[in-house]
Amino acid sequence: MTASRNALYGALLLLPAAVLLWVFTYQPILATLGNSLYSTPRGRRASVFVGLDHYQTMIADPVFWKALTNNAIYALTTIPLSMALALAMALFVNAKLRGQGLVRMAYFTPTVLPMVAVANIWMFFYAPDYGLVDQVLGLFGGGGNNLLGSKETALGALIVITIWKEAGFFMIFYLAALQQISPTLIEAAELEGASRRQIFRRVTLPLLMPTTLFISINAVIGAVRLVDHVIAMTKGGPDNATVLLLFYVYQVGFAFWDTGYAAALTAVLLVMLALIALFQFGYADKRVHYR
Amino acid sequence: MSVQLRTPSLTLLVTLGAWLLAIIWVSPLLYAVWTAFHPPAYAARFELFAPLTLDNFARVWNAAPFARYFLNTFMLVTLILVCQFVVCTMAAYAFVCFPFRGSNVLFMIVLLQLMIMPEVLLVENYRTLSKLGLLDTITGMALPYLASAFGIFLFRQTFKSVPKELEEAARLEGAGPIQVLLRVFVPIAKPTYVAYGLVTVSYHWNNFLWPLVVSNSVQTRPITVGLQVFATVEQGIDWSLVTAATMLSVAPLLIAFLIFQRQFVQSFVRAGIR
Repeated sequence: MTASRNALYGALLLLPAAVLLWVFTYQPILATLGNSLYSTPRGRRASVFVGLDHYQTMIADPVFWKALTNNAIYALTTIPLSMALALAMALFVNAKLRGQGLVRMAYFTPTVLPMVAVANIWMFFYAPDYGLVDQVLGLFGGGGNNLLGSKETALGALIVITIWKEAGFFMIFYLAALQQISPTLIEAAELEGASRRQIFRRVTLPLLMPTTLFISINAVIGAVRLVDHVIAMTKGGPDNATVLLLFYVYQVGFAFWDTGYAAALTAVLLVMLALIALFQFGYADKRVHYR
Repeated sequence: MSVQLRTPSLTLLVTLGAWLLAIIWVSPLLYAVWTAFHPPAYAARFELFAPLTLDNFARVWNAAPFARYFLNTFMLVTLILVCQFVVCTMAAYAFVCFPFRGSNVLFMIVLLQLMIMPEVLLVENYRTLSKLGLLDTITGMALPYLASAFGIFLFRQTFKSVPKELEEAARLEGAGPIQVLLRVFVPIAKPTYVAYGLVTVSYHWNNFLWPLVVSNSVQTRPITVGLQVFATVEQGIDWSLVTAATMLSVAPLLIAFLIFQRQFVQSFVRAGIR
């Protein structure tokens, strides 16, 4: 087949995807960057070019910094903890125990629930006096806690929920990876007299590195993308203790209707995601492909 | 690799640990299930012989148009699934069988969407939908997701593994490009379609933020947004109702998951490993 016919068929087949991706991914990326330099149109006042005004506002905006720190804390706790738990779960399930199927189901079920439903389940679980958490705390003489309502504990409460929902999802990837490790490798290590701990550290863990990278990229995207529980449980409160970046974008864009500022905030998110992508393609891929 | 735990005491320890974690993991869910199936008097109290009831579900069903919400979700998910299959199949086929100069670069650009998903761009996408006059429609809710980089990537990987001979044999028999696609590539990729289908159905059944922004009426609201609207009104007043509504809204997917557990897990792995 000739090159020009290839190009024609290729172009026709790609057309729907190209149009959709342009309109809903690439065009909005460019428009976000552009609109972040314009004021928000209000009533009869059209938007005017304001240069970097929005970014100056952002630097002076304590809520933005709060959202940024919250998001950093949120990512740096949920990601390692849920991945460590996921690995533990995978090792448990892989160890061929009694009731293995039930255990795996228990770990994985939260994953298929929508975050909004998870939020409702946990709101009840956390509820002061009613919830199981508070009842258990009450046994130790510390009842009457409003975990979601106090500044000190609200973000932690959301972190726990995220770990609960994500760990089981990550577990299945570790489980699949564990099942692909050849038993001869383990046997060889045993013949050499390696202890179980040595085998885990020197054989199993390195072989799980590609999976770990894959999961961590997914986890990072999740930590940026998923704010359903913030909307359903705390609305960013109390006193902005649970504001995450995308939630702040949503709030500025659809509660305050300040679309210009929302565009600037989105631009920051885009830059962060781009940096993560560069890290993945450049640095991390090289470190992991040792085989 | 199956780990042989030779010492009985270690086996016991691991079993206990696994079960303890499992019990902790399901307890929030079971606590909500308990409350949903018991009269409000037993909302947070355990009594083994407390009377079971479906009353909470009846009250929820009558208090909000959940049937309509389910229908909306069903229409949304079906629309997205069918269109994604068509759009992503076509694009993947083009990348594998009709490469042209620059098509590899184009593919890399497509992959950008793996990182920057439509949710992140919700302010601009909202503006676009309002220009198109598609706010508060199910079509509008679906549009940003119809071309999925993940789907294109996954189908491309599968299509690349199809032997060239099969493709050429079909062509020698006089099949055109579309027939080759439908008779050779699509049948071979069936497991990938099942895997991708399950992943995308559970993603969009559970999706919340974008539908929340776009939908504004009972006629378009999917179940996740409907649940949120219901729970916000009822919040903190009647936990029996909130938990019953939550259980009701997760029931279809949860039951499907419990029945097809193995397929679900395998699909997620198959879609993720590539």
